[in-house]
Amino acid sequence: MDIVIPVLIVAVIGLIAGIVLTVAAKLMHVSVNEKVEQIRDELPGANCGACGFAGCDDYASALVTKEGVSTSACPVGGAYLSIAIARILGVESETAEPKIATVLCRGSSDAIRRVMKHDKEWSCRAATQLYGGQMECRYGCLGLGDCVQACPHDAIKIVNRLAVVDKEACVGCGLCEKACPKNVIEMREESKRIYIACKSLDTGLFTMKACEEGCIGCKRCVDVCRFDAIKVENNLAKIDYDKCKMCGMCVKECITGAIIDLRKKQKKQ
Amino acid sequence: MEQIIIIMMSVILVDNFVLSQFLGVCPFLGVSKKLDSARGMGMAVTFVMTLATAATWPIQNFLLEPYGIGYLQTLVFILVIASLVQLVEVVLKKHVPTLYKSLGIFLPLITTNCAVLAVTIMNIDEGYTYAQAIFNALGAGLGFLLAMVLFAGLRQKLEDSKMVPAPFRGIPITLITASILSLSFMGFGGIVDGIFA
Repeated sequence: MDIVIPVLIVAVIGLIAGIVLTVAAKLMHVSVNEKVEQIRDELPGANCGACGFAGCDDYASALVTKEGVSTSACPVGGAYLSIAIARILGVESETAEPKIATVLCRGSSDAIRRVMKHDKEWSCRAATQLYGGQMECRYGCLGLGDCVQACPHDAIKIVNRLAVVDKEACVGCGLCEKACPKNVIEMREESKRIYIACKSLDTGLFTMKACEEGCIGCKRCVDVCRFDAIKVENNLAKIDYDKCKMCGMCVKECITGAIIDLRKKQKKQ
Repeated sequence: MEQIIIIMMSVILVDNFVLSQFLGVCPFLGVSKKLDSARGMGMAVTFVMTLATAATWPIQNFLLEPYGIGYLQTLVFILVIASLVQLVEVVLKKHVPTLYKSLGIFLPLITTNCAVLAVTIMNIDEGYTYAQAIFNALGAGLGFLLAMVLFAGLRQKLEDSKMVPAPFRGIPITLITASILSLSFMGFGGIVDGIFA
């Protein structure tokens, strides 16, 4: 009969634990808002954090519980998702134009001069911290691929030591923008089809020495623009998109090819 | 008091659970990729270790020992720790949502962690009093937290570096780093005996 007491003790401990847990689960039940679950189902579930919240769950609960949270904060889901969320919440949707990553540099290995022949597999971040990068230009793409590693969708690759974005695959999460230590990648709306693909603030002479395709601040585009939309600040041209009519005159006028018109490229292809 | 300090110092530095006793290596390698999650995990383990000791010590001394069924220790401890962690999780979710958010995802992971079970059994084997047992558990948790945070810091540096030779990238260099960190903790051996000498 010695076995009875141990069996009883273990059984009673187990029973007490079971009862306590059951009661606690009933008493402490936290009701999850139905809307939160519905929205969570609509969200892509990439947990990339591009909306500014800590993952899809957090964004879903913020949408329901807090006021003034934008329904269009998720760049992965795009306009369709924004409408779906708005329908669940019963508010009008804000349409957001999808943004895609754009590389603001044309310094491929054909165009740019290198200071060092140092070809070890540094990361962009390490190279920037250590000696500012192996390129003559201090502002351009290093082509070491920190952005490639950051991209969860394989939408960016290095061609000729320059980062190139695959527009079809890019979902606009902006992780590459954060990963780039040179700030060469920018999230841009696709409708702004003309842009300056250079970040160099060096004077024209230095830029010219370093790279064949950089903006040298010559102001030819400023003169040719009829809408007064381009300005040159710190030796770098800048387009004011409120004034720009996308006429494309500046693209033709630019002698180094630093202004890019996406429409032209598409026609060629 | 003196004894409690000695117990805590020895369990944090000399007999560190991860680095010299090889307990809780799974979360040590798994959750140490980022400093934030390493800290969260470490704090959750500290919390659960202390709580588990507070619950299991009385059970051993007032229930199992008097009836002479100390051999059921492992079984009963696992049962009690698992249900305790579940209960804590439910209570935290309801009453302290902020704490739940920072510890929440780690709690279920620790339920059956060997380090938690080890600290409760060690307390019994060493014959500690209730207070000593609680502080031993707290110290074991803090030692775990220390190891996690140190290791996560090292690992983040390694992840950024591309200087690691290709065959060693990822897990291999992680294990090598862990062994070197463990070796460095060997340097604390004997330090405790001299504290109050």
